[in-house]
Amino acid sequence: MVDHLRSVPDDAPEPGATAGDDLAELLKRSARGDEAAFARLYDATSAKVYGLALRVLRSPAQAEEVAQEAYLEIWRLAGRYEADRGSALAWMLTITHRRAVDRVRAAEASTRRDVSYEQHNRPVEHDVTAEAAHAALEARRVRVALEALTEVQREAVTLAYLGGYTHTEVASMLDLPVGTAKTRIRDGLIRLRDTMGVGAGR
Amino acid sequence: MSSDIHALSGAYAVDALDDVERAEFERHLATCEACRAEVDGLREAAASLSELSDTPAPPSLRSSVLAGITTVRPLGPVAEGAAAHAAGGSPEEVADPVEQPVSLADRRARRTRRWAAGIAAAAAVAVLGGGTAVWHPWDRGTTTVVSVADRVIHAPDARHDGQRLPNGGSVTVYRSASVGRAVVVAHDMPPAPDGKVYELWFQDDAGAMHPAGLMAGGADTTVTLKGGYRTARGAGITVEPAGGSPVPTSTPIALISFT
Repeated sequence: MVDHLRSVPDDAPEPGATAGDDLAELLKRSARGDEAAFARLYDATSAKVYGLALRVLRSPAQAEEVAQEAYLEIWRLAGRYEADRGSALAWMLTITHRRAVDRVRAAEASTRRDVSYEQHNRPVEHDVTAEAAHAALEARRVRVALEALTEVQREAVTLAYLGGYTHTEVASMLDLPVGTAKTRIRDGLIRLRDTMGVGAGR
Repeated sequence: MSSDIHALSGAYAVDALDDVERAEFERHLATCEACRAEVDGLREAAASLSELSDTPAPPSLRSSVLAGITTVRPLGPVAEGAAAHAAGGSPEEVADPVEQPVSLADRRARRTRRWAAGIAAAAAVAVLGGGTAVWHPWDRGTTTVVSVADRVIHAPDARHDGQRLPNGGSVTVYRSASVGRAVVVAHDMPPAPDGKVYELWFQDDAGAMHPAGLMAGGADTTVTLKGGYRTARGAGITVEPAGGSPVPTSTPIALISFT
């Protein structure tokens, strides 16, 4: 479904990205073994893939490992991408996010948990805003959309997605009754989806 | 129950479910197109948040990725219908589209990759089910996670607890924190009665049972339980109607506490 497709971000920060690149097309060519297409795909998305891994994992070394794993998996599975189910970028970030979260959970790294908990006790909105300072219009659009969420929804969604926490952990961090964080996450994502006008075409 | 399951879509879309819930929800996804569509949309929304975490990647990443792909073979697409992969992909790839390790420094056990049940579960249906619209947990238990079982059983940190069965035979549950999975090994287990299967469960701290797959019994059977066990305090086996049940409908024939 075409309205699911997002074109390459115009503000893609990597120098190799050209405005006309269609990520879905690059994926398709990658699936046929076109390494040059994959290089362009990488250039157009690496700040997002690496940035998301870094955001979840906090450790640059681990983020680089996870981003590498994610890209190799994206390369391997490119032929399985289905454009009518969502944008190429969302597909790639889904792979990345799952890997980052799996890494976090598998490691059960108490240090990371401690550090992150501390960091997350800062107001989330401030955190989000500070890290987005360099981002352009698209980031601004996302921030505006986030403002449409209730505070609890916003914090639940960002802790889960950008923090990589389970809904149980999110509930505890936000002093919500166990079992309600997953509802807040869902409600928040639905509102975000509807505000952003993404993924609503089915 | 199904409305409860449905409410997990958001947490699933952002990988905020624990392993047991994740496995449970993915089983649901395999049969619920509405949930798959919702998950797709919510993932799209979540992905937009990545605008807030943009960070230039180190140059070393680009070179290692582009070097890495030269050693990895892209899988063919999942064809519509039963002819999936007739021409492309080795049987191994067909049987296990998502767990082939990529050659990486990270040697840790990795869980079964299900990048997106919204898509991958559908793919698994097509691939594992040979095109029929039924997901066979059995296939996964016996054909795709044997290596996981081996890793669990032989992991340096593997622990095990066992129990004799009332009708003969014995079961042992192995688990490994480093692998993150649990495995049931049964010896001389009588086959399940006609029209029935053995269903595996994780028991949580509250005593609730969470489905963890099916098994057949027999002389020697090794099955990896679906999902991670970390939130579980034990595992159980019940006799259930063919196809399994979302909740136990009979008294467990084995209930093994993790020590």
